[in-house]
Amino acid sequence: MKKTTALWLALGLAGYVLLPWYETDAGLLDPAVLAAYIRGEVPSGLAQMLFHGRWWLAAPLIGFAGSLAVLLVVKAQRQAAIGLVTFTAAGLALSAMQGLLIIPSGARLLSFPGTEVGQGSMGIGALLTFCGLLFTLTTGISGLGKGRGDAFVCGLIGAIVASVGVFVFYPVLHVLLRAFELRDKTGYGFGEFLPRLLSADIWGAKCLVFAGPCGSGTNSLILALMTGLGTTVLGLAFALIFTRTNFRAKGLLRVLTIIPIITPPFVIGLALILLFGRSGTVTNLLADVFELERTRWLYGFWGVYLAQVLSFTPIAFLVLIGVVEGVSPSMEEASQTLDADRWQTFRYVSLPLMRPGLANAFLLGFIESLADFGNPLVLGGNFNVLSTEIYFAIVGAVADPARAAILSIALLFLTLGVFLIQRRWVGKKSYTTVTGKADSGRHAALNPGLRAACYALALPWAAFTAVVYSMIAFGSLVKLWGYDHTFTLAHYARAFAIDIGHGLRFTGSAWDSFFTTLGIAAISAPLTALIGLATAYLLVRQRFFGKAAFEFSTMLSFAIPGTVIGVAYVMAFNFPPIELTGTAIILVIVFIFRNMPVGVRGGIAAMSQLDKSLDEASTMLGANSFTTARRVLAPLLGPAILAAVTYSFVRSITSVSAVIFLVSARHNMATSFIVGRVENGDFGVAIAYSAVLILTMLAAILTLQFTIGQRRLRRTNRLEAA
Amino acid sequence: MMLKTLFMSSALIAATATTAAAQQLSVVCSSEQDHCDLVANEFRAASGADISLIRKSTGETLAQIRAESGNPKIDVWFAGTGDPHMIAAEENLTEASGANTTNLLGWAKNMAEITDGKAIGVYAGALGIAYNAELLKEKGLKAPACWKDLADPAYRGEIQVSNPNSSGTAYTEIATLVQLFGEDEAFRLLAEIGKNVNQYTKSGSAPVKAAARGESVFAIGFMANMVQQKNAGFPLEIVAPCEGTGYEVGAVSMIKGTKNTATAKQFIDFVLSPDGQKLGAQAQSYQTPSNLNTPVPPEVGNLSSVKLIDYDFATYGSSKTREKLLARWDAEVKSAGGAIEQ
Repeated sequence: MKKTTALWLALGLAGYVLLPWYETDAGLLDPAVLAAYIRGEVPSGLAQMLFHGRWWLAAPLIGFAGSLAVLLVVKAQRQAAIGLVTFTAAGLALSAMQGLLIIPSGARLLSFPGTEVGQGSMGIGALLTFCGLLFTLTTGISGLGKGRGDAFVCGLIGAIVASVGVFVFYPVLHVLLRAFELRDKTGYGFGEFLPRLLSADIWGAKCLVFAGPCGSGTNSLILALMTGLGTTVLGLAFALIFTRTNFRAKGLLRVLTIIPIITPPFVIGLALILLFGRSGTVTNLLADVFELERTRWLYGFWGVYLAQVLSFTPIAFLVLIGVVEGVSPSMEEASQTLDADRWQTFRYVSLPLMRPGLANAFLLGFIESLADFGNPLVLGGNFNVLSTEIYFAIVGAVADPARAAILSIALLFLTLGVFLIQRRWVGKKSYTTVTGKADSGRHAALNPGLRAACYALALPWAAFTAVVYSMIAFGSLVKLWGYDHTFTLAHYARAFAIDIGHGLRFTGSAWDSFFTTLGIAAISAPLTALIGLATAYLLVRQRFFGKAAFEFSTMLSFAIPGTVIGVAYVMAFNFPPIELTGTAIILVIVFIFRNMPVGVRGGIAAMSQLDKSLDEASTMLGANSFTTARRVLAPLLGPAILAAVTYSFVRSITSVSAVIFLVSARHNMATSFIVGRVENGDFGVAIAYSAVLILTMLAAILTLQFTIGQRRLRRTNRLEAA
Repeated sequence: MMLKTLFMSSALIAATATTAAAQQLSVVCSSEQDHCDLVANEFRAASGADISLIRKSTGETLAQIRAESGNPKIDVWFAGTGDPHMIAAEENLTEASGANTTNLLGWAKNMAEITDGKAIGVYAGALGIAYNAELLKEKGLKAPACWKDLADPAYRGEIQVSNPNSSGTAYTEIATLVQLFGEDEAFRLLAEIGKNVNQYTKSGSAPVKAAARGESVFAIGFMANMVQQKNAGFPLEIVAPCEGTGYEVGAVSMIKGTKNTATAKQFIDFVLSPDGQKLGAQAQSYQTPSNLNTPVPPEVGNLSSVKLIDYDFATYGSSKTREKLLARWDAEVKSAGGAIEQ
């Protein structure tokens, strides 16, 4: 314990004593900043305290000095741990307090003497100081025997709790508190909150008895339940076709199941309008052939539902494929040896073992549907859902932040409810199917009826996807999609022109945002997967206090609509102590914390299949928990890692609502560029850009699949002859 | 090990990332992308100042300025419909730039007076009716000429207009009708028209696009959007209502607390000058420029012959009137039926 503690303390102290405490105009590696640093113009925390009158920066020193004293003086292990925890916790709390209380103009609440100089935002030195103190604290806690005395586990929990606290709770609180704001803006109170939260505007259910429109909350709930169900069933059908049949065109199918998640927002809605809208291709065809009346059925519940199932089935598939594959063939063989037929084997052995996968797939579909904003905006018609209501409560002609906050709380309740129900349903049973034992069986093939059902569900859907995407490709190559279908490459030229006359120059209007987007997605995707899977590891493999709350808190940023997150981030991170707006870091961070739940859900589903005896064997052979996680669990989690990296990469490229407020001229993102074009009715460039993004992401995903590859379960993935 | 990787990578990001440099002028532009880019390039060339520009819709910009108030990252907000600019002025989010308004037309000066110089008019665009000529013929309908024609029962389910609760375009329409016919008569007419409406869209420009693609026969919106769709090649016809029509004033505002006051003023002077304003027509953004000396392009010339009402921005731009009219719209128009999907 002492060695680890000393190491973290040294790191923290280095940050406190050597590096600039406050944020600098550019990174420390920037020549101008480096020169200023060498001249001593950007002092460290210690120097700020000693020579620049900022006495409150002594706060971290309490943690450091106390901890060092404990390390040197106290011999008994337990006493030392208690001492460390006390001092570092005090140091951390005081340091955080000074950051929150003292802003550029001085102290925020009470007027402390000597705070008139004020302070700017924290920088690299502060970051290192906080990390050093935090990990000293967690090492101390592990010394108390918590987390089975495992410094790695405690450190991991500490790191995740701290980052979720800073980057999810802290910003979201800024917005949610406004739910209690009084209408006349005179202050805060509870009086108006409950009536507004429970109003018929949100929860009205007249539409269930065909007596008028429902409230936006009811609409969202019905839509999300149906979408969750639809995507889970379709995802399962696809997963079964992949693992349990000899279907020939699996490669093509795989591409078709991935494309919808890599589609930028609005594009699917647009394609559906051009197919099924009142003047759509299919509508015209039906009208000509069968003399059906051209209607506007697409604008409303069914249009949104169609678009959402199309968009979110791949997520269910990504979660389910690993789980379906992981179900042990031995169990299926045992079942068949006991004279069960294929249907019984599937119904009573395989399907129950897939429960965690099904539950997590449903949960993701449900939440995605609730938070989806692009599809309802384009296709919703007069069908109102929470996400669009929230968006317009923030950016509409009559901005009402209180209403936005209340609607967000309603949305969070829905998420929390379904989250609890799915936990109930999965229950505490064991779903372990990947053990250390030799397992060379073959997966049972599906019985003919089930196989036919899978094909009947999945193949028309795949064909439909193919049609939608050929439409998009077509749309990018014609002059005026939906009206003038003369072939042209002009849209691509406008977006992606390259001038090679004077050396290589990217002159197209889309290049800037294209490179920024890819760069940011490439940085955030592996970090997201890492944090997501680390969280899943803690949730599945470790027991600690407040686990359920911890689990839900990691889902929070995913369940809150992007618009709210975006505004929350601006409100929280535009001012000291943490000022990140206008930088690329804020984009990376928002992606990490918005997408991490997918890594968590996929990781949980996959990890609950891995036998604990694998960990135990590794531990008994002398490996610590970190080595076990890295050398035993990680290799078995190939599909989950792949899903997490892929998904977060793709989401960083296609997400829009959170990003709109966070992009700046220097760091513009592809989606905000595309949405701008769509708003202007300039669909050609928008769709051409989308097509390029789709191809880029497809290439990236295929590369990822080859590099991360499939896990080897020492079973051949063969099927019994049908 | 894993912790260290995590930690190192975050440290690396922190070390290499940069905050926006203070001397660069940061502009949010709510016009069309081409127009925005052209203005940025020409300003850079004319003044030599360093400028970075991004396009965001007016609602998003206003929300961002509100969230950032006290420590703004944006220096100037250029273009976009005037209402949100006036709200920003009312909420003290912007400050007077002191730009010279002597050469501007009356409505542009008027806006500057109402807002104490915080928002200045750059261009004006009239409200109008558009219809899809092919669909109109197919359905055998008569083309409308006036606002009152839209109440014709033959148009049932064929009109699309935006929802004033989310869109400034629809609010301009309500305010226009109120100023034309008086409040009670206007709401009676709106309720009548409402029976023909197939969808109240969230976004102000959506109805025009829907009519262009034949998803709806009629649309109410700003003529600049209609000209744009028509020029793109859609079979759209534009009607300037016979009773007269209202208009929006696109504005420019300087954000309160900007650190680049001098460059911001330079930019505002530029977009109010003929050199800056003629770029609108070049980028196919067809609105009436606010400077007397800016040549009016022929496409706009047709529009400036429309009968404009004397739009009272001081009254109808205030939050009080807005809340009153919207409450009345919810009670009398939205609930009066219509919004039928067919």
